[in-house]
Amino acid sequence: MFKDTLRKLMLTLALVAPVAAAEPLVFTAIPDQDETKLRERFQKVADYLAEELDTEVRFVPVKSYAAAVTAFRNNQVQLAWFGGLSGVQARQLVPGSEALAQGVEDAQFRTYFIAHESTGLEASDQLPESIQGMTFTFGSKGSTSGRLMPEYYIRQQFDASPEEVFSRVGFSGNHSRTIDLVESGTYQTGALNFAVWESEVAAGNVNTDAVKVIWETPTYADYQWTIRGDVDERFGAGFKERVRKALVNMDDPKLLASFPREGFIPASNDDYQGIRDTAQALDLID
Amino acid sequence: MFRSSSDTAHSGLRRSATVRTSLGFVGVALLCLAIADIQVTTVAPWRELGRLVIGLVTPDFSDPASIGTALMRTVAFAFVGVALGASAGFLLALVFHLRAVRTLCAFVRAIHELFWALIFLQFFGLHPLTGVLAIALPYAGVFAKVYSEILDEADPLPMQVVPAGTGLISSFLFARVPDAWQHLVSYTAYRLECGLRSSAVLGFVGMPTLGFALQSSFAQGYYSEVGALLLVFFVLIATLRFWVRPWLVPLYVVVSPFLLGNGLPIMWGNVTRFFTEDIVPAPLRHGEGWAALWHWFSDLLLTEALPGLWTTVVLTQIALVGTGVIALLTFPLISRHFTTRPGSMLGHVALVVARSTPEYLLAYVLLQLWGPSMLPAIVALALHNGGIIGHLIGRRSNEMTLRLDASRGVDRYAYEIVPRLYGPFLAFLFYRWEIIMRETAILGILGIATLGFYVDSAIQELRFDRALVLIVITALLNIGVDSVARALRRRLRLRHMVNCEP
Repeated sequence: MFKDTLRKLMLTLALVAPVAAAEPLVFTAIPDQDETKLRERFQKVADYLAEELDTEVRFVPVKSYAAAVTAFRNNQVQLAWFGGLSGVQARQLVPGSEALAQGVEDAQFRTYFIAHESTGLEASDQLPESIQGMTFTFGSKGSTSGRLMPEYYIRQQFDASPEEVFSRVGFSGNHSRTIDLVESGTYQTGALNFAVWESEVAAGNVNTDAVKVIWETPTYADYQWTIRGDVDERFGAGFKERVRKALVNMDDPKLLASFPREGFIPASNDDYQGIRDTAQALDLID
Repeated sequence: MFRSSSDTAHSGLRRSATVRTSLGFVGVALLCLAIADIQVTTVAPWRELGRLVIGLVTPDFSDPASIGTALMRTVAFAFVGVALGASAGFLLALVFHLRAVRTLCAFVRAIHELFWALIFLQFFGLHPLTGVLAIALPYAGVFAKVYSEILDEADPLPMQVVPAGTGLISSFLFARVPDAWQHLVSYTAYRLECGLRSSAVLGFVGMPTLGFALQSSFAQGYYSEVGALLLVFFVLIATLRFWVRPWLVPLYVVVSPFLLGNGLPIMWGNVTRFFTEDIVPAPLRHGEGWAALWHWFSDLLLTEALPGLWTTVVLTQIALVGTGVIALLTFPLISRHFTTRPGSMLGHVALVVARSTPEYLLAYVLLQLWGPSMLPAIVALALHNGGIIGHLIGRRSNEMTLRLDASRGVDRYAYEIVPRLYGPFLAFLFYRWEIIMRETAILGILGIATLGFYVDSAIQELRFDRALVLIVITALLNIGVDSVARALRRRLRLRHMVNCEP
């Protein structure tokens, strides 16, 4: 019995020992959309970066926004495609980390509020008063366009928390799921990333008779590539700038369409000060 | 395995206490039901259910490699986790008379595997160790308790007749263990089945097991993929006794650690940071003093812990009675007093499916179909736990012999069988009370506002100090319920039965 135990202990130790190999650049992304699509998209990104940077690049999928931030913070990934809020959280936790690049659209991002046709809500230029008392779903708890900004505007409009405004508040998990849940009537209304909506509609995946956009928020800064500050020490001087250049130079139309972004432009931490203030106001970060 | 029981001979007094207790629980559950939110909110709940059923009958096995990998990882995590838990549990069982050990074990097993996984994820990240420890730690606590109970119940005679001067270890191994061996083995085998379920569910937080693939396929509405994964899982559990042979177990245990996958390397600095910074309450971390700490704590208690606690208790009480109802309704399916052989085969299949589907998975599925309320959670908990208890008391009823002229049908059910089974039935139910509560808390991660919802929110906001306080509160609640259940069992003099533990 004891020998058996000892053997198991040895095995555990073997298991714990870090795997030594030439270090690849590992990156992740917030799981904001259907996983199959994300895997396809980011595998292509990994291949592209590997070629541009002449190093091994690996993509690791995670199950939640927080898991993406944690992996970045724990230095298990060095680069990540974050949302506005998750990026702010990550850079606050990892001193020296930097927002590298954002999509052209991300400087002017928006949230769409959508409603099931049975609600009778119509598109208007402010959040309709009659939305009060209906059921409503956010996306992920840690999402910028699916949680932070819609909550901010709900509070602005009604001067009350979402739980007070709506009869039921849920978190669908991701933007694709938000469309599904409102389209099927599980929730009467919801809020999501406008880019996911546009691309799903364009791909014919949405029954626009059952669900439609009723309001769009003012613009704010959202998604960005963020990199750890210590990558130059790890991968060689100038590595960070090479990654930035590779991202900004990405011009494969198919690859860009999978995001969907027109292209990438340089970004800085300061671009996200507004998001940070909003998150603090909603007590989502300390 | 079951001890012969004396609970068929009810005295008038005892029966009334049993009946009163049962009615009390039903009354509380009805009250809870009256205030609980059990609406079906989807517009077309049955259409989605139909799509799921179609998916189940048209399973998509077109990607055998990924299903196979997920399956292999599920088995590997279960074996390594359970083996570590059993070894540690056995050692702890030897010193289980120490209060400190008992308390420690009660505490680690009061925290659900998924919560442990969420904690380890913060510093080990997506490394196999996260999943292995998430299973091994709470299981060690359970094993320690049950092993020590089994050893205590072993026949004391051999121990008394070993020659004077026999060493402690030899007398233990030769006089104590042999009598208990069968029970130790069968309990460990049962926990392995639980381990497979736990391992599958860990996929929902990012481990590379079945849950990972299942969640992805489900979230995207690929019901045929879901069907394939579920079927594979049912077959895995149902055929357990064919592929887990005693002589194969050492082989599995040795090979499993190499099949866990690589994950991402661990950075040990993160461990230190977690314990010295992350879980230190924010006001202390920022040096704001004790008054700020009290404010932080009371705010957390009032806005999150208490509402979460309330929902958890309400949901648990409804699910507990639901479990009882399902168990009493389903046990005849496998009882020879009510069915013929082919009928009982079908009954067995139904109960195997009910008990091998983890509550978490079932609740996840029902939540997608019916929308967010307590209903999916209640049904999931009642089906899964009712399936387990129905299976246990059904098996037990098969050990009973009735008079040749015993009544038939409903009369046989109501006047012959159920009265004789009621004692063990309640004992099983009280055993599962704590388990149901632990699961109820965890279902919060799916969006029902039990304690798990607030734990998950705190983790999503990367506020581990808050998450930890809420997890500890959840653990204390479980420990409390466990001791109430134990007191009730003692008061109703329900015999102790080791092998129905969690």
